[in-house]
Amino acid sequence: MEKDDMMLDELANKEYEFGFVTDIDMDISEVGLSEDTVRFISGKKNEPQWLLDWRMKGLKAFQKEEMPKWQNFEMPEIDFQSISYYAAPKKQAKYASLDEVDPELLKTFEKLGIPMSEQKQLAGVAVDVVFDSVSVSTTYKEHLNEMGIIFCSISEAVKNHPDLVQKYLGTVVPHTDNVFASLNTAVFSDGSFVYIPKGVRCPMELSTYFRINAENTGQFERTLIIADEDSYVSYLEGCTAPMRDENQLHAAVVELIAMKGAEIKYSTVQNWYPGDKDGKGGIFNFVTKRGACRGEHSKISWTQVETGSAITWKYPSLILQGDYSSGEFYSVAVTNNKQIADTGTKIHHLGAHTKSRIISKGISAGEGQNSYRGLVQMGSKAKNARNFTQCDSLLIGDQCGAHTFPYIESKNNTATIEHEATTSKIGEDQVFYLNQRGIDSEQAIALIVNGYAKEVLNQLPMEFAVEAQKLLSLTLEGSVG
Amino acid sequence: MLSIKNLHANIEGKEILKGINLEVKAGEVHAIMGPNGSGKSSLSSVLAGRENYEVTEGEVWLDGKNLLDMKPEERAREGVFLAFQYPVEIPGVSNINFLRTALSEIRIHRNLPPLSAKDFLKMTKEKQELVEFEAKLANRSLNQGFSGGEKKRNEVFQLAMLDPKLSILDETDSGLDIDALRIVSNGINKLRTADNAFVLITHYQRLLEYIVPDFVHVLYNGQIVRSGTKELALELEEKGYDWLKEELRGQESINIK
Repeated sequence: MEKDDMMLDELANKEYEFGFVTDIDMDISEVGLSEDTVRFISGKKNEPQWLLDWRMKGLKAFQKEEMPKWQNFEMPEIDFQSISYYAAPKKQAKYASLDEVDPELLKTFEKLGIPMSEQKQLAGVAVDVVFDSVSVSTTYKEHLNEMGIIFCSISEAVKNHPDLVQKYLGTVVPHTDNVFASLNTAVFSDGSFVYIPKGVRCPMELSTYFRINAENTGQFERTLIIADEDSYVSYLEGCTAPMRDENQLHAAVVELIAMKGAEIKYSTVQNWYPGDKDGKGGIFNFVTKRGACRGEHSKISWTQVETGSAITWKYPSLILQGDYSSGEFYSVAVTNNKQIADTGTKIHHLGAHTKSRIISKGISAGEGQNSYRGLVQMGSKAKNARNFTQCDSLLIGDQCGAHTFPYIESKNNTATIEHEATTSKIGEDQVFYLNQRGIDSEQAIALIVNGYAKEVLNQLPMEFAVEAQKLLSLTLEGSVG
Repeated sequence: MLSIKNLHANIEGKEILKGINLEVKAGEVHAIMGPNGSGKSSLSSVLAGRENYEVTEGEVWLDGKNLLDMKPEERAREGVFLAFQYPVEIPGVSNINFLRTALSEIRIHRNLPPLSAKDFLKMTKEKQELVEFEAKLANRSLNQGFSGGEKKRNEVFQLAMLDPKLSILDETDSGLDIDALRIVSNGINKLRTADNAFVLITHYQRLLEYIVPDFVHVLYNGQIVRSGTKELALELEEKGYDWLKEELRGQESINIK
């Protein structure tokens, strides 16, 4: 009940809360994309030759590929030559303590409520902050080091653990995967790297906050998480972006690898700027996320709460290779005003006795369009594999849309696939009932929506569940007539 | 406390309430009876502020405040409680959470400090016992999967928690077996004070054996056609509504002459 209280307290603010720009000297690459751009980025980061070569392969693939056409919205024109592909705070030095960090930056973090302060650290959150491309602060590193856990920016990992990076990078999402993944391969700026050694259970939630700051700077993070045999890690990615009038492209790639008996829990709360009421501005969020359950009895679960962005195009997927491996996908996607979300998952059952579960909750308000797109594939060796899919849509008002595109393919007749779907509207009766108990309509909607999404929100770590609830309410503000 | 003067209301252009007059004082229990379609539930909806009703004439005052000027949630915060005939289900919203939200809104309105989690739980426990409401139901999603009787009992539990001035019980007795009826009635009797008032809307006299009203009114065709004490309810029980209808028709024809 504390969760709801905190959420309800926040309902006062109308405008996008995090719309402000931090003035810090930036080191920005020239606008445009070419081999020179890729060399510039790689050179800035003093990367080894193999990485530059791989980036170049990504660039070549990108130049050949076409924009996808199957999504349930009209793809906006994106001028890739008008984007600046690299921006880093000029003060490159690593800081020994927070006192040395640019105070402007700290103020920004404070406004965002990023838990960098001592008290938050005591709460057990290690935060690796990616601020426009370069990591500026990593906490809790020592403690994790002692356990053999590596949690750092991917640039650092390239320097300090090149073998690990080279062995796994691009093995789940290849450089040819799709146009946005190829672009990311060519120009990725930074991101997080996690390695959990055999038999180690990571004692805290690992958390990274991504945030777009520089104007016209697309952000292309690359995240790689490897959980070695019988290890466990829970990782949270949270996003907020300041208000901008131009559309900004965000094309991240996340790769997860779980070895035998390992478990990875990956949670996302996405709150990029959605654009204004008329659909002006807002982030284009084209993300490729995929996890591979490589070993027997491995497990990966995706939980996502998508409340922001003008367009969300995102299908966190799973490859269940190992026998008895399992995967989960829990999703809440909200679209209000002119927002578009085309999101879902792909689950490839390759191994025998693999299991998966998909719970998707779409919420559409205003003129928002919300599509669930899912593929469940049972391979010929997926003996006794099982999938359960539940896909619910909630409509608020009569201008919005909910769409479902579930694809099922089975090459094994012992596999079981279940699919359930519902569509409902928030009833006037429900709102009136809550009104009659002294609760105004806005809060009533927030309560109903949070109740509807509870099954997914419950998957999030406690303090992020609170944030997610608040975001749901904030996103739906003004959606009641 | 409640003063209804010449209240007229439409739904979808059709006049349902045709000049209701009613005075309810603190400490009183009023029963409103009447045949199906006479406007009983419409009256409760209009008092609670349901949007699809249009008030075309008349006034409603609650302790000197104009009720018709207020939004439904404001009326609730002022102390109007409607126990619904058909309580809705809200999946995923826990009963307790919902009540805490409602109570905190009402307390803010009354300039009371917020209750601590501990005090709230203590209060919950007391009220549960008072109205014999099972703790396990209090922790479930709001009315979800509740039986008809459980939903009605939940309404009374909410009433106990929110402590309204004026409670309107819309056919709270319908769908209850005799044991549930006794429990619900006991609960309401325990909640009666000199400062609050109850309006019981009911079809049957049965409820009034358990909750003894100070006044009984008969609603027919959008008007209160007769008022009396509990004996009127007994008379209705015995004779049905038909004699009243006959009598009224007689009066009308006399009026026409």
